[in-house]
Amino acid sequence: MGAVDIARWQFAITTIYHFFFVPVTIGLSLIVACFETAWLRHRNPEMLRLTKFFGKLFTINFTLGLVTGIVQEFQFGMNWSDYSRFVGDIFGAPLAVEALLAFFLESTFLGLWIFGWDKIPARLHAACMWLVAVGTLLSAYFILAANSFMQHPVGYRFNPVTGRAEMTDFVAVLTNKVQLVTFPHTMTSAYMVGGALVMAVGLWHLRRPDVGHNASMYRKATRIGAWVTLVSALGVVVSGDLQGKVMTEVQPMKMAAAEALYNSEASSAPFSLLTVGSLDGSQEKFAVKVPGLLSFLATGSINGSVKGINEIKAAYQKQYGADATSRVFSQSYTPTIPLTYWSFRIMIGLGMVGALIAIAVLWSTRRDRIPRHRLWFWTIVATPLLPLFANSFGWIFTEAGRQPWIVFGLMTTAAGISPNVSAGEVWASVITFTLLYGVLAVIETKLLLRYIVAGAPEFEEPVDPADRDENAPLVFAY
Amino acid sequence: MELTTVWFILIAVLWTGYFVLEGFDFGVGMLMPVLGRGEHGEARKRVMLNTIGPVWDGNEVWLLTAGGATFAAFPHWYATMFSGLYLPLLIILVALIVRALGFDYRGKVDDPTWRKRWDVAIFAGSALPALLWGVALTNVVMGLPINAAKAYTGNLFTLLNPVGLLGGLTTVALFLTHGAIFIALKTQGDIRGEARALSLKLGAVAAVLAVVLLVAVNASTGSLASWIAAVVAAVALLAGLFAAFREREGWAFVGTFVAIGAAVATLFLALFPDVMPSTTNAAYSLTTTNASSTAYTLGIMTWVAAVFTPIVLVYTSWTYWAFRRRIGTQHIPAAAVGTTL
Repeated sequence: MGAVDIARWQFAITTIYHFFFVPVTIGLSLIVACFETAWLRHRNPEMLRLTKFFGKLFTINFTLGLVTGIVQEFQFGMNWSDYSRFVGDIFGAPLAVEALLAFFLESTFLGLWIFGWDKIPARLHAACMWLVAVGTLLSAYFILAANSFMQHPVGYRFNPVTGRAEMTDFVAVLTNKVQLVTFPHTMTSAYMVGGALVMAVGLWHLRRPDVGHNASMYRKATRIGAWVTLVSALGVVVSGDLQGKVMTEVQPMKMAAAEALYNSEASSAPFSLLTVGSLDGSQEKFAVKVPGLLSFLATGSINGSVKGINEIKAAYQKQYGADATSRVFSQSYTPTIPLTYWSFRIMIGLGMVGALIAIAVLWSTRRDRIPRHRLWFWTIVATPLLPLFANSFGWIFTEAGRQPWIVFGLMTTAAGISPNVSAGEVWASVITFTLLYGVLAVIETKLLLRYIVAGAPEFEEPVDPADRDENAPLVFAY
Repeated sequence: MELTTVWFILIAVLWTGYFVLEGFDFGVGMLMPVLGRGEHGEARKRVMLNTIGPVWDGNEVWLLTAGGATFAAFPHWYATMFSGLYLPLLIILVALIVRALGFDYRGKVDDPTWRKRWDVAIFAGSALPALLWGVALTNVVMGLPINAAKAYTGNLFTLLNPVGLLGGLTTVALFLTHGAIFIALKTQGDIRGEARALSLKLGAVAAVLAVVLLVAVNASTGSLASWIAAVVAAVALLAGLFAAFREREGWAFVGTFVAIGAAVATLFLALFPDVMPSTTNAAYSLTTTNASSTAYTLGIMTWVAAVFTPIVLVYTSWTYWAFRRRIGTQHIPAAAVGTTL
């Protein structure tokens, strides 16, 4: 493997890993804020217990998301310095704004929320978690705007003197049409993960033989989580559909690669649910196809025409130069088809199964029912993982599908790496992070399971911060 | 003033903010094995951890903002520095990861082995960045081998030169002093007096190292402004130590705060108008002009910074106010929930 491949592996590993924690943070911050507000409104002790319970899981998850996020910001400069030079004028701004607007907000108010139970008034305390939730939203907006520029560069001009892309319209960068569909898709996917986690944890406790007087609390958690999952899933479908259409317009190759469609279809292109055979398009042994679905997904009409990989490739070769002779383009214009084909399907499949489980949970917990069948245990284990991995495969699809470009139409991935960083250094880095992240995944999982199993803490009437004894122990301390 | 100069100053301010704030976090982390010994060692360690508990995370964001702002305002500076300082930054990243997890996870399982392992993570995760940031920043100011393509051509050992190492030792000593005074300011009981006494010894070492470093840097690339900042740093450090000696911890903290701030300012003033001077050929140096973004981007970023930086400063200050009370061992609740799987 050359330096480019190793750097790409590092980016894939560290980014997918980081994105295990991001949707949980986005989803849980909102749900915990809702629990705490419900407690203040209705004074139902169960809501305070759920706030503290899921708040604890939230903080365990947040810390790992935070520290793996630092790696994300640094590695653009470390591994992709030529990319950073080329797009810094545009790409750096949303990153800096993200830190100033979102990271300070999240970190400061989460610190206040964790340590502030006995320091600040109750309403202000709840407001802190709302501000954390707003921070996650802002953070997502700006980093996705940066990513959308890579998918579909807008609001810039290429300056031949400096040899780089320069920003001409910041508003255009922030309202990129890819961004406007990617942001809702990513947010709803994240809320789906948060909902599924709350649903699964609630249901696991609800089914325990010793659930006793906690049954009503865990039933609430289960059903709230299931509703969040289901409503978010609808949002995911709608936004994903819009995203597919925008992507067909700006990156037809990515969508053709999603279907492994080599030859253009004049109308009613089918969508294959699965294909057995060679994916280079030469042979197809067995396939399950839905007629017209691909045309519908790509164009909104079952009679729409869809361009195939070969036609698009020919057009790209005309526009950007034949890939074999060009100075910059060492790679083909075609992404890795099996990767795009399967990641696209797995994303959709996992998300759909997640939504179906939410429906099943709502049905089997209606009124006072408790689902008893033993299959439910494995369903519970799988539930939070399905939408989480759907997120991962969505990112694998959208990033791998853009290849060989790092900025679509402007710069290839191979041209973006740091020329002065040796393959050995990148190896050192990718091995270090892989090992470290592996160990941390084990620790994190054990810790989360431990706190999930421990369940919600018993109710304690909060003491007004103004009335506290100066020498009383802190409500929360490291 | 030109926008490129404004952004050089803003980035210097962000790095300064990072070092004066995260500096005491590093100090506290490094002092945990020293001040956390003895009969009530565990309780004392937790007292120390909880002095920085609510704020370390916000302090670390200064680094992310400094990194992001450098990327946005001076893409070449960001690209050259981050790819050039590859291995030190890799070590710093690993250190910051294990340190933060140590803070948060250490108390989450009631098991001495678990705690001991995270204690090692917190100590190493504090000491390594404290050392390496000093080495890195000093080297950037003194100049590095950079070619015509703006790329760093040295290796890890290029950075381990005497002045660079002196820079690293200086930041370690300054952060230890700063951390000891912060502990004295935020705690009550025995630990308060011990931390204060320790700060005087550490401060004496830090003062000597800092003076030698700042004279060495200024002699090489200094300007009138950087000499003045160096004098401010020295005076503030001595005044802070005197205040610590008089048991005035608040003023002592102001002293080390200003001293570290002025020391970082000295380095940036000595750096200006370069951002990455080249020792290969002065013509290859990255400057505020040839490394910067366009005036359009800088203009937008200036508006964003002007509107939002004051807001950030207000709520950050309020956090410190909300957690203004001193912590003693009596405030430490019983060990974490001893849940088992």
